[in-house]
Amino acid sequence: MASSVGESAPIILAASRVSKSFGEIPVLFSIDFDIRPGEVHAVIGENGAGKSTLIKILSGLEQPTSGSIIYDGQTVVLPPNGAAEAMGIVLIHQEMNLAEHLTVADSIFLGRELKKFGFLDVREMRKRAAAVMETLHVHVDPDARINTLSVADKQMVEIAKAISRDARVLIMDEPTAVLSVGETQTLFEQIRRLTARGVAVIFISHKLNEIMELAQRVTVLRDGQLIATVGTEALTPDSIAQMMVGRELSNLYPPKHEPDVDAPAVLTVRNLSAAGVSDVYFDLRRGEILGFAGLIGSGRTAVAEAIVGLTHRTGGDITLDGKPVDFTRVVQSVDAGLAYMTKDRKGKGLLLNMGLRPNLTLLTVKKHLRAGFLDSASETRALERAVRRFDIRARDASVAVGRLSGGNQQKLMLGKTMESEPDIIIMDEPTRGIDVGTKQQIYHIIAALAAEGKSIILISSELQEVIGLSHRVVVMRGGRVAGVLEGAEITESEIMRYAAGIKQSGNDERISA
Amino acid sequence: MSASAPDTAAKPRRGFRIDLKTAGPLLALALLVLLGITLNENFLSYSNLTNVLARSSFIGIIAIGATFVITAGGLDLSVGSMAAVIAGVMIMVMNWLIPTMGIGWGVVLAGMLAGILLGGVAGVFNGLMITRGRIEAFIVTLGTMGIFRSLVTFLANGGTLSLNFNVADVYRPVYYDGVLGVPWPIIVFAVVAIAGEIVMRRTAFGRYCAAIGSSEQVARYSSINVDNVRLLTYILQGVLVGVAVLLYVPRLGSASSTTGVLWELEAIAGVIIGGTTLKGGYGRIWGTVVGVVILGLIGNILNLQSLISPYLNGAFQGVIIILAVLLQRERLTS
Repeated sequence: MASSVGESAPIILAASRVSKSFGEIPVLFSIDFDIRPGEVHAVIGENGAGKSTLIKILSGLEQPTSGSIIYDGQTVVLPPNGAAEAMGIVLIHQEMNLAEHLTVADSIFLGRELKKFGFLDVREMRKRAAAVMETLHVHVDPDARINTLSVADKQMVEIAKAISRDARVLIMDEPTAVLSVGETQTLFEQIRRLTARGVAVIFISHKLNEIMELAQRVTVLRDGQLIATVGTEALTPDSIAQMMVGRELSNLYPPKHEPDVDAPAVLTVRNLSAAGVSDVYFDLRRGEILGFAGLIGSGRTAVAEAIVGLTHRTGGDITLDGKPVDFTRVVQSVDAGLAYMTKDRKGKGLLLNMGLRPNLTLLTVKKHLRAGFLDSASETRALERAVRRFDIRARDASVAVGRLSGGNQQKLMLGKTMESEPDIIIMDEPTRGIDVGTKQQIYHIIAALAAEGKSIILISSELQEVIGLSHRVVVMRGGRVAGVLEGAEITESEIMRYAAGIKQSGNDERISA
Repeated sequence: MSASAPDTAAKPRRGFRIDLKTAGPLLALALLVLLGITLNENFLSYSNLTNVLARSSFIGIIAIGATFVITAGGLDLSVGSMAAVIAGVMIMVMNWLIPTMGIGWGVVLAGMLAGILLGGVAGVFNGLMITRGRIEAFIVTLGTMGIFRSLVTFLANGGTLSLNFNVADVYRPVYYDGVLGVPWPIIVFAVVAIAGEIVMRRTAFGRYCAAIGSSEQVARYSSINVDNVRLLTYILQGVLVGVAVLLYVPRLGSASSTTGVLWELEAIAGVIIGGTTLKGGYGRIWGTVVGVVILGLIGNILNLQSLISPYLNGAFQGVIIILAVLLQRERLTS
């Protein structure tokens, strides 16, 4: 197998002059794309550039309006509805497609169960599932239910499923968006093992450094056009970013304006305990951006949700502007000027089937009542303001929010949060899965809010982002504060040391007890 | 794509059937009216139309409540049985009050009040079990459906509860009379429908219902008191069942274990035909009104012609329901 790998190998899957329109709206213009066995070929572009459409065409989920797909040297029409899996082309969706209540073994064999005398051969399936997991060096019990697994493990199950189907082309749509640094490395090792066996991997990511690390070639899309396909050795993250947005991206991070040294603490948290977190402490000063770093599952979101009253707090003291507070319902924290912006845009942040206006004002509907009735003109004015302020781009206000790009959804959510005019904003992963141009916009918005005197807690798994924006950084590990970094201490390696437990802050001696 | 229908809603596609989506129920209604006119010249007669609308108004008022419940992601299967038990208790209360209050409007008003109160209490019970008890709406209301049905059978001792004839005479105009020739049930139906449309479109409560039905999590994270809004929808449903019953009692003046049988399904069918999504998140009151009238017209038209047996009424209604849902899905995937 290893002999037909690499640059000399014949192309396994290609798209030739593929165009796609939805109705009258063209989304892809005459794209050429190819991949060889054993290669990792990254596809990048801003949200709405056409990446998703391209991979859907390459996996048969969509048919091209014109142009052709060549598989194994032959022009083919890929069967729809995922039937291309049987031909060895497997797409792993961004939102994973696993049935939460099935076991790992059930999931791996879903749709092609092994049978004996017409009944499911449970034992054999479990054995083979374990064998597949073994080859991947993944330690997941074949009998474990999917809903008990971590996101990273779920992804491994998806990969195992693909392997067990003899995938020859594996298409991964932003697999690392929800993974921590460590988990991402494990995934990359996995991908390298697969490519060594001759599997071709099409990899979509917004994280340029990951692409530099993993891919041999990169295809850049912008506004449905093919900008370039180039080898990664000839690229720098900057040059990729430039091709993506078509302009120079200087100052990804705005300059930091240090808050006044004697700025008062607007939020203090001591000994906070809740499900998944214990003994958490920190101060947030006026005008400050306080970063929260840590691995996925280190309790950062749990801290935020416990503070605003989304989850039950079992202990600890919270003071807001010097006054002790105890929020048991979200509405109380919103009224007190403390707003939490969830990281789960689609599940917890936005009503995907509704338009922009109801989404924007959902948190603050009561502000738009006149004599008890909704004043739609007032809501429209709010939307116009938010669209201007946060540069939200939509065809029109009635378009279902689920159809917006991730970046525009994020900006809308930011607008929604800011509608409540909070003094303190907790932003949880505010740039997850959005393109670099929009990220830059959001960074500047965050910095501008802080400069206005708002205080911001920035929870992020992208270390660069935490480092680039935060005045101070709280690093969490295992539900506790591992350390608080300031000034020159805020470096990637230092944060990782605390996050991974190599280093621990001095005033946390209780932990060992 | 595949069977995962919810995904398709979020796909970046354009809806070409937007017009059919809003106008679908209206088109169906227009077709039915045309059909009625061609089949029988009496169809458009004043008496026939008021008769159809008056009969539809009970289900219609209940269905307006159901629109709120369903929009908020809930379901109430108990409304038919609830109607029966309310009718029974109203009759018992009125009969019981005759010795003290005499025969007159006082007794009737007391009965009406009792009916609305009982509806509210039943709604509170359903709502609390669902929101505070964290039991699925289907289960809770399936349970109360059985409870209410058996209660009315018990109260009527397996037979029929009849309103005192003299009180029934006083009460009768509430069904048979009206203003300017429009019967009271139609007037009340119209008022409830207009108020319902306004509440759904123009109040925070209506907005919250749609938000909760669309995504309970998003609503919770947007500082909406999900439990209270849900509870309110069930109370509103109960009260509206009470209103429907106080219009229904003067029609026959009796209640039995067969009163209101299958009303819950007719109400839900009307809601769905009207374009409200069964899984919640989107509801429209005027659609429900159209849906209920469509169901009423089908029965009426079958009775006015002689080609097809009117016993097939249920079959036609069933076909219309399935067609309506098919149309809804079509527009999601197109």
